[in-house]
Amino acid sequence: MKHLKLQAGPRGRRESREKNVGLWCSEEFPSQMAEGRRVEEKILSQCRKYAYGQRDLFALKLALEEAICNAIRHGNKSTPSKHVRVKYRITRARIDVMVEDEGSGFDPAVLPDPTADQNLERACGRGVLLMRAYMNNVVFNAAGNSVTLTKFNENYSSSDAPICSTTVAFG
Amino acid sequence: MSASFGDSTMQQDAARLKVTHEGDIVQVEFTSRKILDEGNIAEIGDQLSALVETEHRPRLVISFAGVDHLSSAALGTLITINNKVKNRDGQLRLCNISPQIFEVFLITKLNTLFHIYPTIKEALESLRSGAQTGRLQ
Repeated sequence: MKHLKLQAGPRGRRESREKNVGLWCSEEFPSQMAEGRRVEEKILSQCRKYAYGQRDLFALKLALEEAICNAIRHGNKSTPSKHVRVKYRITRARIDVMVEDEGSGFDPAVLPDPTADQNLERACGRGVLLMRAYMNNVVFNAAGNSVTLTKFNENYSSSDAPICSTTVAFG
Repeated sequence: MSASFGDSTMQQDAARLKVTHEGDIVQVEFTSRKILDEGNIAEIGDQLSALVETEHRPRLVISFAGVDHLSSAALGTLITINNKVKNRDGQLRLCNISPQIFEVFLITKLNTLFHIYPTIKEALESLRSGAQTGRLQ
């Protein structure tokens, strides 16, 4: 099932290349981890093409898994009719990914600290901690049903000459 | 003695663990490099639980050799198993964890909850002697 759609048309693509900013791409999928994992792999595949390092890829896979799993399980309560929306933009320098669910959201500020002694034996509650540990930036929207992850490519330096913006394989 | 856990059908279709008995100590290895997939995690949790529940005072070593990724869901499964082992007055050791995955344990401070050793030999030795020489923290 394909839900991919570009946020910008051909003109936007040209403009993006000229300004060396990636295109925002968007996918929407039902609340199933198999679907989420397909999107994860598509994003990671693009990052590999842009020579993101192994540590970055490990970090991204972990953070994406946590964000998408949270959206499906906690946001959408694994309701198949509810969808998860993933918007992403990849350049040689950085990746930004927004994961949004159809839930009522939550307040990340009131999450219990999973590293506190009294919480160490709890089986859940570490996803946000791991996202924050492995990403350069993690921002929740006000409603708490959307999180945007940012990771800089550790292999990229400003002397590199980016030549194109992100393109996404369709079909 | 070495055997995959479960009946022959499970071995073919769904065995996620390789189980070996070293005296009264049960050694477990993962047969998948990624213990991340939700289906894998559920099966791994079920199979580990069954192992623990068949033992009186279970002594279990789980090797992460070859595992290159995990998630908080996998950590949750390990915590559940650790709690079951403790409830049965048993002991659990983890070993052969790659530096990248060990970092996840450090970030979550689960290195203080789990007894983690560099090698299976050191993990077995700690169970036999009760000493914590070489424990990674």
